[in-house]
Amino acid sequence: MGDLADISYGLVLSAMAVYACAMVAFAASVAFAPRRRVEVAATAGGSGGVASPAVEVRGGDPLEGSEGDGRGERATRIGISLTALAFLLHVAAVVTRALAVERAPWGNLYEFVLTMALAATAAYLLLLARGHRVAFLGVVTVPFVLLALGVCVAVLYVDAGDLVPALKSYWLVIHVAVAIVSSGALMAGAALSLLLLARDGGDDPGDVSAATDGNAVRRWIAQLPPAPVLDRVAHQVHAFAFPLWTFAVISGAIWAERAWGRYWGWDAKEVWAFITWVVYAAYLHAQSTAGWRGRRAAVLALIGFVCFLFNLLGVNFWFTSLHSYAGV
Amino acid sequence: MRVTDVADRALDTSPEDPGTPPQSLGAAGWGRWAWRQLTSMRTALLLLLLLAVLAVPGSVFPQRRVDRAAVADFARRHEDAYPWLERLWAFDVYASPWFSATYLLLFLSLLGCVVPRMRQHWRAMRARPPAPPRRLERLPEHVTATVSETPAAVAERAAAVLRAERYRVAVPAPGEVAAEKGHLRETGNLLFHASLLVILVAMAIGSMRGFTGNVVVVERGFFVSTRASYDTLRTGTHFDERDLIPFSVQLDRFRVRYEEGPSQFGAPREFTAEVRWQGSEGRGRAVVAPNQPLTIDGARVFVTGNGYAPHFTVRDRSGEVVYEGATPFLPRDGMNTSTGVVKVADAQPEPLGFEGFFLPTAAFDPERGPISIFPDARLPRVVLTAWQGDLADDGRAQSVFTLDTSRMTQLERNGTPLRASLAPGETMKLPGGLGSITFDRVSRFVNFQVAHDPGRRLALLGALLVLGGLLPSLLVRRRRLWVRATPGADGRTVIEVAGLSRTEDDRLGDDVRRVAARVCGDDDPSRQRE
Repeated sequence: MGDLADISYGLVLSAMAVYACAMVAFAASVAFAPRRRVEVAATAGGSGGVASPAVEVRGGDPLEGSEGDGRGERATRIGISLTALAFLLHVAAVVTRALAVERAPWGNLYEFVLTMALAATAAYLLLLARGHRVAFLGVVTVPFVLLALGVCVAVLYVDAGDLVPALKSYWLVIHVAVAIVSSGALMAGAALSLLLLARDGGDDPGDVSAATDGNAVRRWIAQLPPAPVLDRVAHQVHAFAFPLWTFAVISGAIWAERAWGRYWGWDAKEVWAFITWVVYAAYLHAQSTAGWRGRRAAVLALIGFVCFLFNLLGVNFWFTSLHSYAGV
Repeated sequence: MRVTDVADRALDTSPEDPGTPPQSLGAAGWGRWAWRQLTSMRTALLLLLLLAVLAVPGSVFPQRRVDRAAVADFARRHEDAYPWLERLWAFDVYASPWFSATYLLLFLSLLGCVVPRMRQHWRAMRARPPAPPRRLERLPEHVTATVSETPAAVAERAAAVLRAERYRVAVPAPGEVAAEKGHLRETGNLLFHASLLVILVAMAIGSMRGFTGNVVVVERGFFVSTRASYDTLRTGTHFDERDLIPFSVQLDRFRVRYEEGPSQFGAPREFTAEVRWQGSEGRGRAVVAPNQPLTIDGARVFVTGNGYAPHFTVRDRSGEVVYEGATPFLPRDGMNTSTGVVKVADAQPEPLGFEGFFLPTAAFDPERGPISIFPDARLPRVVLTAWQGDLADDGRAQSVFTLDTSRMTQLERNGTPLRASLAPGETMKLPGGLGSITFDRVSRFVNFQVAHDPGRRLALLGALLVLGGLLPSLLVRRRRLWVRATPGADGRTVIEVAGLSRTEDDRLGDDVRRVAARVCGDDDPSRQRE
């Protein structure tokens, strides 16, 4: 049991090393962001906000048509390959941890964050595999995953062990697994929303100067897909994540009912799960409210993700909650 | 309005733009305007955000319905702020007028959206797919092709193809086919919103008719489910005493096991209560553990806590036994260091009080003094101090775990407070011949929670319907397709296929091309031109 746990820990460190290399590659992709030729007329929505879908269809994908010496693109491809390699190591780390503890590998906060980080990488790679041109998301996703693993190793680590009686339930497998999967999608959604806000600011007439600017970050942002495209992908990702999060809350309520005799008791964890749910519900409603699409909706998505992270970590550290036993 | 603006995105319940207030101030006009404002999407959105913000204080301040003792503790520690916070309902956030008002307005807004849309959707589902617009090439997706068959034959095949693709199909004119699918999206959307109301009703039923009771039972002790025997009992506003069926539960044994390995040393591994129960439907033996409740007569019994109850015998000046029994001590840390008090009101000449802590596995730390180093009872010790005087037990609700020493004097020996560490069987004599206290042995106690919520099945149904509505409302694509076959100049037939999506739909173009290919009678897209 101890041996496998040690192997798992070694794999986590190896994955971190490879993620770090991937991060360097993605940083290079930003530094080598190509100077675009000025052909903005076709893509700019004119309004400065989110253009209508009719415009975006013809907008095309600026990633494809970028003019550069290809170094940025090569760096992105190397970043993706390294991320995929790190992902495999990460999967192996989670699997060996599961074998070491002989149960679902999310019985404490270390295991939970470890698996959640895996879900974030998986969401990124899955979006790529499904043909979405979101290679640029690695620039946000990989540092986030690396940070999460760093917190795992430095703060949250606990040796492999059995569960406390309160967690011995098959609902642990269902409830937490769904929360983890939705967390991966929410992470991707938050990254898209963040880039949308950065991109949207650059969609003003200044866009032209940004694309030819000396500042690599501004150039990189300027060559991202236009805000409406980011908005559409973000909406799809959230539309996938929201039912999962809903199910995570419902299965949590069912478990609470079996464990404590009440399905909803306004425990701190439940309160923040509710707040997160309401904020994401507001995001989806904002997507169909005039004047709220695009920027405002993206802000809501980011607030929702902050609430989600706060519920994940903050509640355990700052509030007394029935959920506080999760390894802290 | 452009065709692409029609896109009704997921969860949209807004009927129309609320517009500006009426110029003439008729009461009915204002009412209609206010109603339109309330049911507008923007209002719903703001109410949602307000609800999220208003829920936050409930996680910051202790809540009375979650932990009454924590609220009392907060009141003691923040004497200045407490009355103000109390006035703002900070300790009953989820029952507060402002929180209730927000969610009731939200549900009212929801009803105002959903009901008209239900009517609208009902009509839309029964209506035939609308006839094609005159100029199909203006639609966002449009494909043309030419074939040699007659327009009638092509239209007939188009209808068959679209039916096979699970469209609802109509033939508004010869050579024209109109098709529509994805009404399930709106059905799901409406179901989702209506199911939220079901959950609200279920929660209301639970808070009106349910109850939750907590009772501490020492090993070999029992409790009967009556109002008097619960330590705390929270009943709904319309609770009927007859719902409290007097079943009984006897705790025979409580098995515990703690981690003894180096990793997570002392973490709990097993809490199992072996009980005998008797209800109106019979009797039996059962095992109750966390995640493993016992159901008796529709109420369920949970193990929610446990600890140690040292047995004490107290004798007063005359040598008469004035107190004998198990006294639950409250666990304070992971090693089950527990605190508690013994109140002996019948002692002569004055009542006695003992304050102390219990150490299941005692050890001596040079800096911190006596501590517990393992949560199981391996080397149990009780450390006690003694008081004499008025217990201030005037019948008001008072914690059984604290001693009010304001009107008592501490017993001393040779000028220092009397204090002794007792092993099971040991006795501490009180100075001045006041008597003695004996630590006989230690038992475990279990905190049982008994809960009955008549709304829980309805809540589960509502939750499942929420999910059942949410999935199609986000995943189903609502779209219309039209096919028009007209005789061409060269005697061949020109086929036009066009599509319009009412939602975000990045596959509409692919589907239009696929349908066009199948209507042309082959899957070779080279014969088409866009």
